[in-house]
Amino acid sequence: MKRLLACVVAVAAAAVQAAPLRVCADPDNLPYSRADGSGFENRIAQLVADDFGVALEYAWLPDLRGFVRKTMGAGLCDVIIGVPVSFGRTLNTRPYYRSSYVLVLPAGAAPAPASFDDPRLARWRVGVQLIGDDAAASPPGHALAQAGVTANVVGYPVAGDRPAAARMLEALDRGELDAAFAWGPQAGYYARGAARNLRLYEVPPPAALKDQPFRFAIAMGVRRGDQALRARLDDFIARRQADIDRILADYGVPRVGEGVP
Amino acid sequence: MRHSWWAIAAVVLHAAAWAQPSTDDGEWRSAGKDPALTRFSSLAQINTGNVAQLKLALHVPTGNDRGHEAAPIVAGGTMFVVTPFPNIVLAFDLTKTGFPVKWAFDPKPQASVQGVACCDTVNRGGAWADGRFFFNTLDNQTIALDAATGKELWRTKLGELKNGESMTMAPLVARGKVIVGNSGGELGVRGWLTALDAGTGRILWRAYATGPDKDVLIGPRFRPFYTADQGKDLGVSTWPGEAWKIGGGTAWGFVSYDADLDLLYYGTANPGPWNPDQRPGDNKWTAGLFARRPDTGEAIWYYQTSPHDLHDYDGINESVLVDLDWQGAKRKVLLHPDRNGYLYVIDRTTGQVLSATPYVYTTTSSGVDLQTGALKMNPAKQPRTGETTRSICPASPGGKDWQPSAWSPRTRLLYIPHQNLCQDAITYETSYIAGTPFVGVDLKMYPGPGGHRGLLTAWDPVQQRKAWEIREKFPVWSGTLATAGDVVFYGTMEGDFKAVDARDGRLLWQFRAESGIIGQPVTFRGPDGQQYVAVLAGVGGWAGAIVSGNLDARDATAGGGFVNVMKDLPSATKKGGHLYVFSLAGARP
Repeated sequence: MKRLLACVVAVAAAAVQAAPLRVCADPDNLPYSRADGSGFENRIAQLVADDFGVALEYAWLPDLRGFVRKTMGAGLCDVIIGVPVSFGRTLNTRPYYRSSYVLVLPAGAAPAPASFDDPRLARWRVGVQLIGDDAAASPPGHALAQAGVTANVVGYPVAGDRPAAARMLEALDRGELDAAFAWGPQAGYYARGAARNLRLYEVPPPAALKDQPFRFAIAMGVRRGDQALRARLDDFIARRQADIDRILADYGVPRVGEGVP
Repeated sequence: MRHSWWAIAAVVLHAAAWAQPSTDDGEWRSAGKDPALTRFSSLAQINTGNVAQLKLALHVPTGNDRGHEAAPIVAGGTMFVVTPFPNIVLAFDLTKTGFPVKWAFDPKPQASVQGVACCDTVNRGGAWADGRFFFNTLDNQTIALDAATGKELWRTKLGELKNGESMTMAPLVARGKVIVGNSGGELGVRGWLTALDAGTGRILWRAYATGPDKDVLIGPRFRPFYTADQGKDLGVSTWPGEAWKIGGGTAWGFVSYDADLDLLYYGTANPGPWNPDQRPGDNKWTAGLFARRPDTGEAIWYYQTSPHDLHDYDGINESVLVDLDWQGAKRKVLLHPDRNGYLYVIDRTTGQVLSATPYVYTTTSSGVDLQTGALKMNPAKQPRTGETTRSICPASPGGKDWQPSAWSPRTRLLYIPHQNLCQDAITYETSYIAGTPFVGVDLKMYPGPGGHRGLLTAWDPVQQRKAWEIREKFPVWSGTLATAGDVVFYGTMEGDFKAVDARDGRLLWQFRAESGIIGQPVTFRGPDGQQYVAVLAGVGGWAGAIVSGNLDARDATAGGGFVNVMKDLPSATKKGGHLYVFSLAGARP
């Protein structure tokens, strides 16, 4: 029985090797992915496919409600390049980078706030990303609410023509906002494209928000039960971390140290 | 065979005439049957004495697997059915044996809308008026067809898909205008109700639910009954900063119309998309009821059922217009079973709340102050950032969601299809990370006291208490239909289409459909003189998305937290759309 099982596993592994790497991705969600392959997750996917010696294929769908269900769940693809490491709907690899929500400010504006108690946060027009489900803002949105900062906060719903982070940082660039909280990879990428010199700062979340951290570790996600592919991706990450790091650096992704779960 | 059938029809018609002298034309031209949304038909050929003999006259699979919430529309010897996305319209010729399809219309909506719609890709039906058939598409178009041929007369785009807007509601036609509203409040959409010229599709007015008075169409004739709803530009001042611009308050429920008072009535949805801490204030004009003039859209009164809504208690549930003997006087009222758990009896001329009585188990509030109109909130059930709040009752779908009630003028009872659910609002450690797959829905629903998840409640609005109730395993997510035969029809999510006695709820007949029923049953008199009852089966919607959307039962928070309480639905029914039509004679030879 054991031998038979081993034989089946071997055959399955051979089939995976022969098959293309099928990636589930959003066709318009820079800096992560884009249909023309210009996102950093596209680059990492290519790195994986080349490393595995297989072709790369995509199943494209906007990353809205039902993304996992309609792509991986429908059998259209086998891996999502970027998921939070504790994401429950996929089986996840070891993390390959850690980042944080950051405060973006025009350079030279002022020393960055050290905490959410800084009174300037209440005066500034502060942009935040809105997740767009009931009772849910991004973690900095919750932190601002916790600090009683509500009057001048401007929300950027995730639904919209382009990524909320792009619209938000453009508003900051035009001077329509004084500051913006954005998830690191997006903040780094869109700050680079701005006319003004925009800087990224970490502001620690209020202690009362212990369940709403700003730092997250990002992994790759595969179908629950697909242990074989996860093992191969874990191995890939261990061997090619330096190459992944170079891609992330190309896109200005701010990374934070180990110790992030 | 044909002879005996006619003989039966003649006898039953005679009985019907005796039971209820009436001028009912036997048609069903809009989802609510009439502009008062009574969903009452004075047809009585099918009645408590013979409904047990009801037989299947027609069964047509729709070929669509999503949730079927629409009411079949019947006019001019034709029955019109709008499917869920992609919103195909099917017209059945009732003048011919076997009700063959006369025409079908494909509006070709954008496929990408499916990722935007919150709660399955449903459509709640169309409306017929003056030889035209009107309906909405999920991708924000209102379309008029020639009812005889299915030829498109006009289409008007009303919203922006990319911003999270969609349309699911059934239009109402009043005074030559098609009245429609949008969906999508969770995604940062600004809610509106719009009137289109029925002849041309031109937009005549648009009334927003947030923002300055000029956008809300609040003018000199606006007279809200309570001081809490009075003041200038409350749609701005009851929000922080510019949060009103993405504040929700969509209008995705049914619209009613009183021709004598010349007033439209509809509810606005919950505020969004901020968490409640981030939008201090009453968040006008979300989660409340508006009365408006159809010609201009101007607001006449407004009453906020859930100021600063914390629990997703949309105010969109139907307002059924009835006249009651109220404490010795005749009052024109509206009956509004709200998501917040209260059955409101409201003077529809003034907006005064005459009574507000809980019709489900409620922990989030302790009553409505009739002097101020204020909902008395329970502070212990207010969700706080970073904390878990347990035993929130009713849960987010409310004591009742979209599924419409029926009113019988014979029994003076409102037949309310609804649910019995509570929820915990849990803050998870994994939070939303912009640009990565959606995380962070943090609701977990479970059955309320008693363990049954659904109810059909017959409510006496004058006595302010239930006359009887039927408990169901799953939420009763279908509409109800009441007839002069004193029969009430409704469907269950397991797929049982039931006829019960309007006076005591006694089960008289049932039929097992091939999928769960969340549609709106209707009745009509065919060109052959027979009374028919029609309903769409096809489980789905927010409650049934676990089946129609293949959601993973292991994800307690999937489907906005609803999946946790519907894990056993997939073993009780299967997906698939079906049109069923019943009559006493059954299928014709």
